[in-house]
Amino acid sequence: MPNDVLLQAENLQTHFELRKFGFVRAGEVRAVDGVTFHIRRGEAVAIVGESGCGKSTLARTVLGLYEPTAGSVLFDGVDMSSYDRRKLAWHRRQVGYVQQDPYAALPPFMDVRQLLREPLLVNGVRDRAEQEQRIRSRLEEIRLTPAASFLEKFPHQLSGGQQQRVVIARARILDPQLIVADEPVSMLDASVRVEVLQLLRQLQRKHRMALLYITHDLSTVRYFCERIFIMYGAKIVERGPVEAILARPEHPYTQALVDAIPDPDAANAGQYRKVPAGEPPSLLHPPEGCRFHPRCSFAIQGLCERHDPPDFETGAGRRAACWLYREAAVEHNLQR
Amino acid sequence: MNRFISFARELKRYPSAIAGLVLIALFLALALYSLIMVPQSHAVQLWRAGIARRDSPRNARPVWYNALPWVNLPRTLVLDSAEHPELKRYREISEEHNEIEIAFEFDYHYDAFPRELNLFLRSEYESRRPFASVRWVTPDGRSFSLSDGGVDREQSIRIDQLRGLRRELGDVAPRVGLFADPASAEGVPQVLHGTYRVEIEGVSFEPDSDIEARFVRYGQVHGLAGTDHIRRDIAVALLFGTRPALAFGILAAVGSTVTTLVLAAVGVWFRGKVDAAIQRVTEVNMVLPLLPVLVMVGTLYSRSIWVMLGVVILFGIFSAGIKTYRAMFLQIRELAYIEAARAYGAGNTRIIFRYMIPKVLPTLIPSFVTVIPSFVFLEATLAMIGLGDPVLPTWGKVLEDAYRNGALYRGQYYWVLLPSSLLILTGLGFAMFGFALDRVFNPRLRER
Repeated sequence: MPNDVLLQAENLQTHFELRKFGFVRAGEVRAVDGVTFHIRRGEAVAIVGESGCGKSTLARTVLGLYEPTAGSVLFDGVDMSSYDRRKLAWHRRQVGYVQQDPYAALPPFMDVRQLLREPLLVNGVRDRAEQEQRIRSRLEEIRLTPAASFLEKFPHQLSGGQQQRVVIARARILDPQLIVADEPVSMLDASVRVEVLQLLRQLQRKHRMALLYITHDLSTVRYFCERIFIMYGAKIVERGPVEAILARPEHPYTQALVDAIPDPDAANAGQYRKVPAGEPPSLLHPPEGCRFHPRCSFAIQGLCERHDPPDFETGAGRRAACWLYREAAVEHNLQR
Repeated sequence: MNRFISFARELKRYPSAIAGLVLIALFLALALYSLIMVPQSHAVQLWRAGIARRDSPRNARPVWYNALPWVNLPRTLVLDSAEHPELKRYREISEEHNEIEIAFEFDYHYDAFPRELNLFLRSEYESRRPFASVRWVTPDGRSFSLSDGGVDREQSIRIDQLRGLRRELGDVAPRVGLFADPASAEGVPQVLHGTYRVEIEGVSFEPDSDIEARFVRYGQVHGLAGTDHIRRDIAVALLFGTRPALAFGILAAVGSTVTTLVLAAVGVWFRGKVDAAIQRVTEVNMVLPLLPVLVMVGTLYSRSIWVMLGVVILFGIFSAGIKTYRAMFLQIRELAYIEAARAYGAGNTRIIFRYMIPKVLPTLIPSFVTVIPSFVFLEATLAMIGLGDPVLPTWGKVLEDAYRNGALYRGQYYWVLLPSSLLILTGLGFAMFGFALDRVFNPRLRER
């Protein structure tokens, strides 16, 4: 089993200190606050949450761009905090990164060949022929063909979908074991979203890469991932297999998210959806107890606003951090 | 290469870019020409050594001044018997004695009097000096004795300073009196046009003894750019001044902008103490006055243009530009592609030089080009306040000489206007080119 796990995060915390006048400590933003999860080799996993819930920070921590404040991330069985320079360089080869805004993610002054060559140069692939061969094969992989006609194009000469595919090619160029895709389609036109997602999924399956897909949009998750983590207020509030969660969401927040998935059906015209009132929680001063309780319509007086709910096991591979499931969890355990 | 061609095509759309480039190319060609044709040491000699300018008048206007229809000023005329042996005639009197006759003849049709008249005599002898008498013959047949007596090995007769001649001409300076029409009204001498003669009749007293004469009629116009108060040809200084001007401008611009840019990027990228240190040094540097420091260095250490350049660059490194670039880099640092570069393992140096700096180059290059002339002007300013290079001829030093000798009060406009216009043209060339570059690199500035 452990060999099957590619990435293991244990009580991961990433906090940002706020300072006044550059030295007076003025509190900290707890962007990721005690997150535990794992990703298996070749598995596609989605982290879903609204903006400001800490999901991008989580991605960057996994990428090694942020140092976790506490907790640990084990990649391929090695604790990232124990990395030396060489090991960190190795980690960077193993993890590809696909960002949200494809135009910003590509240096505007480099053509496609140059910008795809950069990761190779940085990681010691010096042989020109090999560089060229890899660049061409990745371009074909993302279906920018004929590759030769795209090599000399600059990012602004490509469409948004093409730009994002170049970003994917760049993430793939070092043959990573894991790709972190942070809202890869949210800046794209609806018409090319599916195409890019399918491409990503296809590459993931073909090369048996793990994929950490970060999004705020549950509707794109269904065809894409095996498991989802729902993040709210810097914590994972619900996790489980995609189909199960979408069919039967348990955490009240997840229920609201699933309810909000647009369903293009004429019968829905004029129907209003339930939307949880209020604002996402401040990560500087998170609410006491369950972070969702101020917006939750099922909040249990005297419990939810006082005590932070632990993860309750509610079914096969399913967990929800909600006091509503304390009995269900007991039941589930009894059944086992 | 493709990029370069499309860039050139883009640039061609702006006539000002072409004009600016032509001007810059012209100055570069001038600098290159002076470099190839005359080595630096020789240029300095040409400018400083007295012998080279024996035949130049003082404070003469440029020759093209005569192109004005109402102006007809005399040019400089040099007649040398050594160069024109046909002007010399020998007659043997005895074995020891020779009669030597040199006759210089020239037409004078100008409307003004020459600046000065000099006759240089040279003789060769063992022990007995040859003897010569010099006469001046006007077109209407009058003749005046200029000199009578033994000829030294090197002897100059400054005709304009001959007291006796002056008295003979009625207390008029010989350069005027010798050319004046006797019929002209008192006090307003008119030039008598016609053929003048300088006759030298000599006798030598040894078989191998000889006399050579060199007559110089100094004009009121001389050379392409006129001459200054000590007979130096200003054109020489203007030509050789191109090199230090361009070198100073370009090196100072490169030295200060490139380092400034790199420092700003380094500070922004590493943040914290590095950034704070760079910022504080910059702020201290911003309140330090450059000019007084230059005056101090010039007075106490050296006024060499290269020392000055070094000080200017040193002050330029932590210039206020760091603040501007820093503001740009602060934005660039947060761009997604830099995060991506970190994610695939690009190091600090690579991120600074390969990802941050190229992003600002489009805005930097035009301002770099437009800042060059300001350093060229700085060099001229330094020369104006007496901190010019003591050896090299520069545009600024020509201006300084003009200023110190009251050129504008004395109507010697050419002395000020020529170096100034070169400075202005340099500024114009770089500015026009730079502004066009700005429009090419920053399409938002394009007028539509």
